[in-house]
Amino acid sequence: MRYIRGFREGAAAAALAQRLNAEVDPTREYHLMEFCGGHTHAIFRYGVEDLLPPNIRLVHGPGCPVCVLAVPRLDAAIELARRPHVTLVSYGDMLRVPASRRRSLLKVRAQGADVRMAYSALEALDVAAAHPEREVVFFAIGFETTTPATAYLILEARRLGLSNFSVYCNHVVTPAAIQSILDSPEVREWGRVRVDGFIGPSHVSAVIGSRPYEYFAEEYQRPVVIAGFEPLDVLQAVRMLVQQLNDGRARVENQFTRGVVREGNRKAQQLVAEVFELRPSFEWRGLGPLPYSGLRIKSAFADFDAERRFAMEFHPVPENAACQCPAIIRGVKKPTDCTIFGTACTPRSPIGSCMVSAEGACAAYYKYRRSATQAAV
Amino acid sequence: MCLAVPVRVVALLGNQWVETEVGGIHSRTSIALIDDVAVGDYVIVHAGFAISRLDVEEAEKTLALFDEIAACLEKPVDALHPRFP
Repeated sequence: MRYIRGFREGAAAAALAQRLNAEVDPTREYHLMEFCGGHTHAIFRYGVEDLLPPNIRLVHGPGCPVCVLAVPRLDAAIELARRPHVTLVSYGDMLRVPASRRRSLLKVRAQGADVRMAYSALEALDVAAAHPEREVVFFAIGFETTTPATAYLILEARRLGLSNFSVYCNHVVTPAAIQSILDSPEVREWGRVRVDGFIGPSHVSAVIGSRPYEYFAEEYQRPVVIAGFEPLDVLQAVRMLVQQLNDGRARVENQFTRGVVREGNRKAQQLVAEVFELRPSFEWRGLGPLPYSGLRIKSAFADFDAERRFAMEFHPVPENAACQCPAIIRGVKKPTDCTIFGTACTPRSPIGSCMVSAEGACAAYYKYRRSATQAAV
Repeated sequence: MCLAVPVRVVALLGNQWVETEVGGIHSRTSIALIDDVAVGDYVIVHAGFAISRLDVEEAEKTLALFDEIAACLEKPVDALHPRFP
C-alpha cells in the first residue's frame, strides 16, 4: 500500500540522511530518546542508526508495556489463571514473559491452566459468551493505544449482561512515564542519562493527541516530535529535533500529521474516561511506583474488575540479580551491557521481559544486531 | 503492542463493524472508537479496532515532501550508506 511503502523509500532516506549530516552541529552531541518500543524496532529493522551522524545518540525508552509490567502483577495473573474455574485471555506477548521462579503463563497453561491468546480484546467477550460456566478474565495491558478497546469491552460486557466476565486492568499512561524519566535521579542529578529531546509515540498520540506533551516540553525545556513508525518518519523526526535543538527551541511538533491531531481521538478518550480512573500510584518495572501513572476500573463497573472480584493479592519479589531489564528500561544501560544478554537470556529462553516482547530493546538488539555485538566481543 | 497499520475500508458490515483490506488481506475491524466511516476511507487499525482515521491529504503532503528531498539527491543511494562506502 502507498501509505506504508511510500514511507520506506531508500532514496528519500538517503537524501534525508544527507541533509541531517549537513545540519548537525559537529561540536555538540544530541541524545534523543525514542519513548516507544515500536520506534526502537523500526530503527533497528531499517538500520536507521547507520544513517545518522555519529554525534546523534538514540536512547531507548520504557514504551514497551510488557517490559514495564511489575513482576508481582504478573505473578498475580498466573495465580489467577491457576484457579480451576478461570479462563484467562491475553495478548500473545504476555504469555512468555517470565514471572518469579521462572514461571510464565505459557508454562502454567502446559500444566493445565486455561490461558488463551487473543489478537483483539473482543475475542475475550466471545469466549465469555460461549462458556457461561467459566469465569473469563481479560488480562489487559498496554498504553493509551490499547486502553480504549478495553473500555469498550467493559461497556459491551455490561450491555450484553455477561456476568462471567471481568478485566484485570494493568493499563498505564505515557506522559507520566516520560515525566518520571525527566525527574529520575539518573537524569537530574547523576547526569548518567542525558535526554535532550523525545521522539513521541505515534499511535498513543493518535488517541491522546499532542496536547499532553506540551506541559513538559515547556516545563523541562525538552523538544518532543511525534513520529510515525516507518523509517522515513523516524529520520524526519530526528531532523526536526536537531533543528529545534540547534535553534534552542523546545516545542511539541507533529511529524505524523496523517494520523495525529492536537486533540487526539475524542470518542476514544470519552470511553476511557467513562470506565477508568487514575490510580494514585502504580508500580512499574524499572521505574518503581509512579504517581498517577496507571488506570483502574471505576467503582461503577466494580463487577467487571477482576482485582475486586477475585480479591487478587500482590507480593513483592526480588528481581533476578543478573538481569539488567530495570536499568535498560530507564535508558541507563544498553542490552549489550548485560552479562546474560544473548547467552543465558535469548528470545527462545528469556530471563528478562525486554527479551520477550516484540518491542523490547533486548529483543531488537538480538534480532538485528547480534552479529555486530558478537564481533565486538 | 502499540503497533497499528493503515488499512482501507472496503465494506460496511453494520453494527460497528467494517471489512478492511491491506496488501490483499481482508479482515473484520471494529469502528466503535471512531465516527462516520465510509467505504474507501483509510483507517489506522490496532488489535482489531480502528483507532484513528488516516488523513490522506496529510499523507500525500508528507510523501510529496520526501519526493522533493529525494529529487535533490546528487549521489546514488548506495554511495550514502555506510555499509557501501
